[in-house]
Amino acid sequence: MFDSAILVPSVLNGITTGALYALVALGLTLIYGVLHIINFAHGALLMVALYMVYFLWKLAGLDPYWSLLIVPPAMFVIGYALQRLVITRASHGRDENILLVTLGLAILIENVALYLFSSDTQVVDTPYGFDVVEMFGAFVPYPKVVAFFGALATAAALWAFIRLTDLGRAIRAVAREKKGARLVGIEVGHVYAMSFGIGVGVLGIAACLLMPSYYVTPQVGHGFVLIAFTIVVLGGMGSFTGALIGGLVIGVVEAVGGLWLGESLGQIGIFAIFILILLFRPQGIMGHQA
Amino acid sequence: MLEVTGLSRAFGGLKAVDGVSLTVPEGRIVSLIGPNGAGKTTCFALITGFHRPDEGRVVFRGRDITGWKPHRIAALGMVRTFQIVQPFAGQTVRENIAVGAHMHLRERDAALAKAEEVADAVGLGDRLGVDAADLTVAGRKRLEVARALATDPKLLLLDEVMAGLNPSEIRDVIPVIRAIRDRGVTILLIEHVMQAVMELSEHTWVLNQGRLIAEGPPRDVARDGQVIAAYLGPGMAERLAHA
Amino acid sequence: MTKLLALLAIFAALFCAPLVIGSEFWLNTVLLALYAALLGQAWNILGGYGGQFSFGHALFFGVGAYSVAVLQVELGLSAWLGLVVGGALAAVVAVIVGFLTARYGLRGSYFALVTLAFAEVFRILSNSVSWTGAGEGILIPLDQRLAALQFPDTASAYWALWAITLACFLAVWRLERSRFGARLMAVRDNEDAAAAIGVDAMQVKLGAMALSGLFMGLAGVFYAQKFLYLDPAIAFGPEKSVEALLVPIVGGIGTLFGPLLGAFALHGVAEIARETMGDAPGLNMIVYGTILVCMVLFLPRGLAGLGKHVRRAFRA
Repeated sequence: MFDSAILVPSVLNGITTGALYALVALGLTLIYGVLHIINFAHGALLMVALYMVYFLWKLAGLDPYWSLLIVPPAMFVIGYALQRLVITRASHGRDENILLVTLGLAILIENVALYLFSSDTQVVDTPYGFDVVEMFGAFVPYPKVVAFFGALATAAALWAFIRLTDLGRAIRAVAREKKGARLVGIEVGHVYAMSFGIGVGVLGIAACLLMPSYYVTPQVGHGFVLIAFTIVVLGGMGSFTGALIGGLVIGVVEAVGGLWLGESLGQIGIFAIFILILLFRPQGIMGHQA
Repeated sequence: MLEVTGLSRAFGGLKAVDGVSLTVPEGRIVSLIGPNGAGKTTCFALITGFHRPDEGRVVFRGRDITGWKPHRIAALGMVRTFQIVQPFAGQTVRENIAVGAHMHLRERDAALAKAEEVADAVGLGDRLGVDAADLTVAGRKRLEVARALATDPKLLLLDEVMAGLNPSEIRDVIPVIRAIRDRGVTILLIEHVMQAVMELSEHTWVLNQGRLIAEGPPRDVARDGQVIAAYLGPGMAERLAHA
Repeated sequence: MTKLLALLAIFAALFCAPLVIGSEFWLNTVLLALYAALLGQAWNILGGYGGQFSFGHALFFGVGAYSVAVLQVELGLSAWLGLVVGGALAAVVAVIVGFLTARYGLRGSYFALVTLAFAEVFRILSNSVSWTGAGEGILIPLDQRLAALQFPDTASAYWALWAITLACFLAVWRLERSRFGARLMAVRDNEDAAAAIGVDAMQVKLGAMALSGLFMGLAGVFYAQKFLYLDPAIAFGPEKSVEALLVPIVGGIGTLFGPLLGAFALHGVAEIARETMGDAPGLNMIVYGTILVCMVLFLPRGLAGLGKHVRRAFRA
């Protein structure tokens, strides 16, 4: 149907974008898997991280990749504090209340950003911003290649952390059986806050990897949050591998769908996937039967 | 009134209910007993449409209702209560019961009046305005029965309405159930409290590991202690003998 | 009965607002609050009485608004027909969404997400097809006659809105003391227990969706006829959805007066914020976001719940 000269770059573009989607979704799925919270503020928090990267570059001349040392830890602290101070107090025994409070946070954060920074689009200028790498006969922007491998490395590191460390084991225990975990002496409140912190911290990494090839506005999170939800439900709520594969799939669907139907209708494909999966297979493609 | 044949349902390879057949004649109080995990509640769920049976047929008032949805079965006159009580929390006792009364009564006032009448019949007459969540365990059990009763059922399936009650509360409930039968409602009980089974029911089935292993008048079943002990362990036999 | 009298008294007072309020600005503020009360009550039918939290109520609003606009602009039909079609189509779309979600047992967060996704799908669609005016939006030609369902001044727009809102509140008053309402609340509180005593949960949920969608759609029709312009973000954007759910959450969900209380409280606070901090972009939404977070944290039952608290404290 399409010439490979058009298709290959667009698939490659989809895969590299998809890896970043996957990274955003990884944080979301970790939070969901442990706390059973759908974090509506995820997109808004990504926007905060992007602004951090932007201002570190703008005001201190820091390269976005060097921001990896600052922004992810800062985001972790923000996430940890949000969970401890706000989200944990919101439930009153109803899941919807948590959803509402994260929605409220999303609105608040986004509009504070709008108030402070106005709706102008901001980008960073880097010496490598327009470099390209040749892959499979197509040219891919250098920052996207870095982002792709950075996302994979982050996912691998996160996986190793969850599998191999004590805290990782505690997180898995809480995800599986809260009461049991409490009985064997795991401090569930701490694990909750750590998981939320890590999930939000991952957004910091995503922001550093994303910024050289992207932009930031107060509304930038919108585009990501529903896509990340789609990936998470596609991969199965709480599934790591699912999020990774789901991210790549969605990236490609969006890129190729965009070729076919034009940019904005291409997004319909994503929402169609989202709705269909929620209706017919809410446990996700990779998930287990509830 | 109710005719169940060869009812079976497996959950993940485990046969929870295995070839259960029983017939409930009109106007009686009959019961289903057995140890925990024997499949009694699953039986109720299969009969009342909350689960779909893998095999078997349920015929109620001459109609094959296998696979019907719960609300349709209820509308035909077979209503269950839940072992774990399920009040509409945040609504008053009167409002809770009125939901059942609305089955046949469209008007709100009529349903509320009927709710009061039913509440009186089960001994909740003085608690009409109380939030259902604030009732005691015994009160909630009565509320379960009242809600079901308000639908004017032909057959009432009561799932352990005495569990969690103290002996004096049990003594209070027994005449309530008998009075319901006297109003013309057939009753099938699941019960652990053997005293109640003995006093109330005219016929009983014993379920163990999903299968029926004995049936008959409760006295006879209880006398058959050897058989029971073989299946249910000596403790159950003893409880039956002492009841 | 006292509740009905209170409701009628409040609406009688609201009816008089254009006669009493001299300032165009303040009448407009009251109009916007009343409009928020309508959105909130429409949401409340499903969210408060039905227990299904929609995050995408803009869907029904947008269907209503675009119906009346497209019927006039593209097909040259009467706006009055658009009023009927808009309300009906919104109800139909609501029933379809309700059927899909109920059929596959989506509740809680899943329901919220699916409704949001449906609204987004419609937003993108309306952005992409030509007969909605796509991204540029759709302009309804000015024709300020009753026959064209347009309003020569704020007061007449206000009274039209007043009539729709009154109808919505009366419907909810009626719902509270009807068999349908009793069943709806029973399904909200415990679906299994309701089914066991003969309640058809699907039928009840679809009824609530239809009613909620209808009034949301009528709100959309009103919006289109008042402002004579629509674009995809106005019609299907998340801001409408947020406003619709925020109003009853502030006022008290599942209560008759909650949305009214919430709407006036919200607009009061937003007005004060604007007076004190100027008319900056995003300020309104900062206030809304803050209020939403605070309500969920400290007053999960809304202002109406606070009222109950106070009354109980006085009695004790």
